[in-house]
Amino acid sequence: MISLKNITKMFGSFTAVNDLSFTVESGEVLGFLGPNGAGKSTTMKMITGFLTPSDGQITVGSHDITEEPVQAKSIIGYLPEGAPAYGDMTPEEFLIFIAKVRGLTGSKVKERIDAVIKQTHIQDVLFKPIDTLSKGYKRRVGLAQAIIHDPKILILDEPTDGLDPNQKYEVRKLIKAMAEDKTIIVSTHILEEVSAVCSRAIVIDKGSIVAYGKPHELEERSQYYGAVTISFSEDGDFSDVITSLEQVEGATSVKFDEITERFTTFPTDKKNGTDLFNKVSALVESKGWDVKEIHLERGRFDDFFRSVTAGDLESKTEEQCGDKPSVPAKQDEGAQQ
Amino acid sequence: MNMTSIIFSREFKSYFTTPVAYVFIIIFLVLAGVFTFYLGNFYEIEEASLKAFFEYIPWLFLFLIPAITMRLWSEERKTGTIELLLTLPISMWQAVLGKFLAAWAFTTIAIMLTFPIWVIVNILGSPDNGVIICGYFGTILMAGGLLAVGSCISAATKNQVIAFIIALAINFILLLAGFSIVLDAFSGWAPEMLVDAVSSLSFLTHFDSMAKGVIDLRDIIYFVSMIIVWLYATAIIIDSKKAS
Repeated sequence: MISLKNITKMFGSFTAVNDLSFTVESGEVLGFLGPNGAGKSTTMKMITGFLTPSDGQITVGSHDITEEPVQAKSIIGYLPEGAPAYGDMTPEEFLIFIAKVRGLTGSKVKERIDAVIKQTHIQDVLFKPIDTLSKGYKRRVGLAQAIIHDPKILILDEPTDGLDPNQKYEVRKLIKAMAEDKTIIVSTHILEEVSAVCSRAIVIDKGSIVAYGKPHELEERSQYYGAVTISFSEDGDFSDVITSLEQVEGATSVKFDEITERFTTFPTDKKNGTDLFNKVSALVESKGWDVKEIHLERGRFDDFFRSVTAGDLESKTEEQCGDKPSVPAKQDEGAQQ
Repeated sequence: MNMTSIIFSREFKSYFTTPVAYVFIIIFLVLAGVFTFYLGNFYEIEEASLKAFFEYIPWLFLFLIPAITMRLWSEERKTGTIELLLTLPISMWQAVLGKFLAAWAFTTIAIMLTFPIWVIVNILGSPDNGVIICGYFGTILMAGGLLAVGSCISAATKNQVIAFIIALAINFILLLAGFSIVLDAFSGWAPEMLVDAVSSLSFLTHFDSMAKGVIDLRDIIYFVSMIIVWLYATAIIIDSKKAS
């Protein structure tokens, strides 16, 4: 269990994390999202005891991280941002070092090292200096050291950054497999990862939580949820398409995406997507349009993410989202760290 | 296994996985030889002692110790491994001490490797080996003090060159604190008590008596407390600067 109560972190006069509170229970994978400089890494650094919060309380397992740092740290596995490792060591030496510091002894050291090597697929590079490894391998060595003591709590800062799609898939599978008896926090930029591995997600921006919920709930808050998208088989005169779609009962607006050449019709009531879908299909049929594709949108995470984090950059899409952050948009985003 | 010793052994091994250790040891031994035999007039003074060696070794340390310590913490900060290290279940003190002891052990090995000079002096004459052992003991203690200074400076910056130069400057001041070059800066305006205090901080004054074979508890206490104070400062600096 991880619990944050009113956590604030100041760097000088800059507030990196502002009054953050949340709890993650065992068995959960919490996705931690936000733009660069939103305070994701800073929060993770505080949970793992690297940084001390300016205010508030963090409990890891049954330990307060500032009161009992060593006990708390011993049940945490942590992959820091950028997966730092001692470059002059080989992964094998590095893992032995970490295993020893983590209190593993005797045959247990080899047993656990063999296990994590298999889980993270780093057999091929075990005896090469870490400095010479590719980004993907470095990341996986970092992951291996984080799970070597089979920790109850796992904090992973961008675990799939720099991995190719196959490796990403493997790492996600690994995180899911471990989730059962662990408390896991994963930060990521890759939005599809949230639906793929997380049971819940938190979006933070400028140090505060701007959205919180199950991934599908957040997707449903995107303006695309319940919208109907169609595309045509051939180029042609689409001049009346938009007007026709707009006149469909239950539609508010129509958007044409010039890159994908798709028309998206937005519903007045997001819950009634199927209804709109039926009406649009009927329209297509009656007009005799040669439609290649027609589908009901399930909501787009990236759209939702932009709507809650981009300030007034995307003001047009914001009206449908409940809790838009009430922060000035012109703040310096790169100022943190 | 004790955490300090795990940190120590990782750090100690890391000296030898790169050419740094070998380059350092070779340069150190060559320079120690040059200083002793040429500048120190080892043969000309016709004395069966390592006086010439011990006279120059602080000046060798002035440059070479910062070269060892410059990477101690600044590299951890630059590569981000400091975050890894300090989120392991170890205390700050164990990390600081483990890394310092590794640097000290490495320097001690380099110092020990000057034993051929001691062999030569024993072949050529019959020196007082007690004095020599005492001198080596003092040398190792002084190296510890200078390393602790370097550790602290290295903790304050990500830049190794800066760590080197500042450590060199501070080592220079500390070595010569008992001499007019440093004291003159104080004697004009500062109260005599302060001047005496600065003068008593001098590494060289405390080392010289040991090099002559005199073991004074005060000198030992001086070096040990120097080490503790500078390592304590290291821990404080790391704690306050790790976020940047």
